[in-house]
Amino acid sequence: MLRRLHSEQPDSFAFTPANLAWAEGQITKYPDGRQASAVIPLLWRAQEQEGWLSKPAIELVADMLGMAYIRVLEVASFYFMFQLQPVGSVAHIQICGTTSCMICGAEDLVAVCQEKIANKPHEVSADGKFSWEEVECLGSCTNAPMAQIGKDYYEDLTAASFTKLLEELSAGKVPTPGPQNGRYSSEPLSGLTSLQEYESGKTKYNASVQLASDIGDTVKRIQGDEVPLLTPWVGKDGVVAGRAAEAPTPPAPATPKPAAKQAEEAKKAAKPAKNAAPAKTTEAPKADVAEAEPEVLKAARGDKADNLKLLKGVGPKLEETLNKLGFFHFDQVAAWGEAEVAWVDARLKFKGRIERDGWIEQAKKLAAGEETEFAKRAKDDGTYDK
Amino acid sequence: MLKDQDRIFTNLYGMHDRTLKGAQARGHWDGTAAILAKGRDWIVQSMKDSGLRGRGGAGFPTGLKWSFMPKESDGRPAYLVINADESEPGTCKDREIMRHDPHTLIEGALIASFAMNAHTCYIYIRGEYIREKEALQAAIDEAYDAGLLGKNAANSGWDFDLFLHHGAGAYICGEETALIESLEGKKGMPRMKPPFPAGAGLYGCPSTVNNVESIAVVPTILRRGPEWFSSFGRPNNVGTKLFGISGHVNNPCVVEEAMSISFEELIDKHCGGIKGGWDNLLAVIPGGSSVPCVRGENMRDAIMDFDYLRNDLGSGLGTAAVIVMDKQTDIIKAIWRLAKFYKHESCGQCTPCREGTGWMMRVMDRLVKGEAEIEEIDMLWDVTKQVEGHTICALGDAAAWPIQGLIRNFREEIEDRIKANKTGRMGAMAAE
Repeated sequence: MLRRLHSEQPDSFAFTPANLAWAEGQITKYPDGRQASAVIPLLWRAQEQEGWLSKPAIELVADMLGMAYIRVLEVASFYFMFQLQPVGSVAHIQICGTTSCMICGAEDLVAVCQEKIANKPHEVSADGKFSWEEVECLGSCTNAPMAQIGKDYYEDLTAASFTKLLEELSAGKVPTPGPQNGRYSSEPLSGLTSLQEYESGKTKYNASVQLASDIGDTVKRIQGDEVPLLTPWVGKDGVVAGRAAEAPTPPAPATPKPAAKQAEEAKKAAKPAKNAAPAKTTEAPKADVAEAEPEVLKAARGDKADNLKLLKGVGPKLEETLNKLGFFHFDQVAAWGEAEVAWVDARLKFKGRIERDGWIEQAKKLAAGEETEFAKRAKDDGTYDK
Repeated sequence: MLKDQDRIFTNLYGMHDRTLKGAQARGHWDGTAAILAKGRDWIVQSMKDSGLRGRGGAGFPTGLKWSFMPKESDGRPAYLVINADESEPGTCKDREIMRHDPHTLIEGALIASFAMNAHTCYIYIRGEYIREKEALQAAIDEAYDAGLLGKNAANSGWDFDLFLHHGAGAYICGEETALIESLEGKKGMPRMKPPFPAGAGLYGCPSTVNNVESIAVVPTILRRGPEWFSSFGRPNNVGTKLFGISGHVNNPCVVEEAMSISFEELIDKHCGGIKGGWDNLLAVIPGGSSVPCVRGENMRDAIMDFDYLRNDLGSGLGTAAVIVMDKQTDIIKAIWRLAKFYKHESCGQCTPCREGTGWMMRVMDRLVKGEAEIEEIDMLWDVTKQVEGHTICALGDAAAWPIQGLIRNFREEIEDRIKANKTGRMGAMAAE
C-alpha cells in the first residue's frame, strides 16, 4: 500500500525532556553501534507525543540514531501503526475488521464510525475530535468485536455500546477499557470452566484495564512522565551485565552515505586537489615535491621480469618505458614514495597517471602474491598473451 | 479434561496476584538456579524428551531447534529472540501469558538462553499490545529488582539481560527472519535461508527465534519432568496447549487444554456449545487464518492436534486459534476477508506474493458477489498454486491455503452464488 508523508508538515519537532530521556534509555537496550534497532520505539514515542508522525520527527529520529533519512522514512511508511497524517484531536479509533471480528459484527462498528465520524477512513471528523480506520487483526479474537482507542482495547462491543463509548469520549470522559459486556478478561462469559480450584481475591480489573485506569493515559498525548523511566539492565557501574559477559557484537556493515552528503564531501575533497593539481602539472613540478631517484636495476633479477602490464593503466608501451628506466618488478613499484613518484612522473609522458590508476596499491598486492581485479581479468581474458 | 493441577498457566485470566510474589506463590521461579546447574545438555535433552513442538504455528520440535545453536562461541555472542508478534487472525493466547502470567515467560527466557549460550534475550512484542508491553516490562523490572535477571541471574552464576522490544503493526514480522530484520531497525522483509538464524541471525550472530508459549512452558516442564508433559495427548503431539476459540460459539474464550482433545469436548466443556447447536455448524478454521477451513460435519469428531488435522482433514493445528462459523455466516466473504488481510500484509518483496495476493483478493471479491464465471474458480485455484511455494517466506503459502480450503470444501456454494446471480434466482444452497 502506498503511504506518503502528509502534504502539510509542521516546521519542527522536539521530544519533551522526559520523552528524550526515555528515548536515550531505549537506545541502551541495543549493543554499541546497533542503535538503529531503536528506530521503531523512538518513532512510536514521537507519534505518541504528537498524535501522528511528521517529517521533522522522522528526521530528528534519524539524526539521533545516525541513520540516513530514507532508512527511517522507509520504516515509517512500512509499518502501519505509524500515522503519516494528522488524526482526531481526541482519539484515532481503530476497528479490528479481520475474520473473527467480522463474523461477530465488526461491520456494524465500521458503520457507526462512518455515520458518527467520517465517511472515509483517516479523515478527521467535522468537529476535529476523531478519525478512524479499519485495521487488521489486533489479537483479541475471543473478545470480538473490538476496537483500539488510543492506547487501549475496548472489547466485546456492540454497535450500541460502541456508540455510547464515542459519545462519552466526545464529552471529554474516558470510559473504562476492556470487555464491555461484564467479562473480566478472556474467560468464558458464563463463568470459569477451568482454574476454579482456588480464589485469591481478584483485583478489580484485568492487567490491561488496571494499568489503563492506574495511569489514566488512554487517549492522552504522552509527555514521558506517565510511567517512570527504568533501565534496570544498566548496572550501577553503567555496564550492561549480559553484554559485558559476552564477546562484542560484530559491527554493523557500513552503509553508504546519502547522495547529498556524498556530493558535499566530494566537493570539499575536490577543492584542495584543484589548487594543487595545476601547480604540479604546469610550471614548477619540481618545486612541488622534491624528486628522488628510486632504486633502479640494469636488468631484471634472475632475468625474469614481472609482467608489469598486470597493473591497471600500464600497457605494452608503458611497460617498455618503465623497463628502460630500470623497473622490472612489482616490489620496485610498491616501494615508491612521494618523491620517487615525482621522479618517475617527470620521465613519463603521462603525468599524474601513477596516482590516478593507483599503481602503488596494485603493485603492493601483486608483489605479495595477491590478485587484483584487473590482473585477474587480464589473465582470464588473455589480454596480453602473445 | 485437564485437571487444574496440570495446568501450566495458573493465572491465565489474571484473576490472581499478578506480581512476582504471586507468581512465586504459584510455584514459578522455584529452584531456577538448580535447573541451570544441571547444565546445558541436560536442559536440551529434557526438552527433546518432553516432545514439545513449537507453539508458533509450524510445530517444529523445540529441543531440536535449540540443539542447532553452536555449542561453543566463535567470538560472536548468541541471542534468544522471543516472538511475541502475535498477529495471526484468530490468535490471542500469548497476550494472556504476557499480561497475566509474565513470569512464566521471563523464567523460561533465562533457562532457554542459558541452554543456548546466550547472555541476551530480546522479546519482540507487537506494537498494538501497549498495555501488555507495560505489564510485561513491569514484570521484567520486578525480576531485575529481585536479582532474577542481570548479573548472576537468580544466583545461577549466569549473567543475563532480557530486553523488551516492540514492533509497529506488521504481520510479516512474525516470520522469524523478518522479525530479526525489524529488530535491527529495518523494514520487516524476510531474509533468504540459508543462512539460518542459528548460523547468522540477529546482528549476524547465532540466534534462535521461539514463540512466547514455547518458552513459557519450559520452566514447568523441567520442574515436573518431560514424562509429565508427554503424558498428555497422542504420541508426537504431546503436552498441554492454549486454545483460543473465537467466532460463533456461546462463550468464546482462551483456555489451556491437553493436546489431542476432541473438538466436541473442547467446545462443549469450555465454550458452551455452538451458537444454534451442533447442527448449525458450517465451518471451522482450526489453527488461525493460515490453515484451510474444514466443513463442520467433519469437525465434530476431530482430534485437535498437529497430525490429525493435517493428515485426516488437510488442515493444521497452527496456533490452535479456532475460528468457528455457524450457518448464518457468509463463508465466501469470511475467506475473502482473509484474502484482504494477506494483501494488506504482504511485504512486497516477492512478486508472486505481492501481485498474487491482490489478484486473489480481487477474484474473491467477485465470487462474494457472484459476479463471476464458473471457470474463474479454477483460475483462482491456479493462481493460488502459482503463489504457493514461490516466495521467500511462508506468507505466500498462508495466503493461498485458506482459498484452497474454501474451493475444496465449499465449491458448491461458490457455484451456486454465481448461478443465482446469473439467473436472478436463489439457488438451493443459498436459500437455506
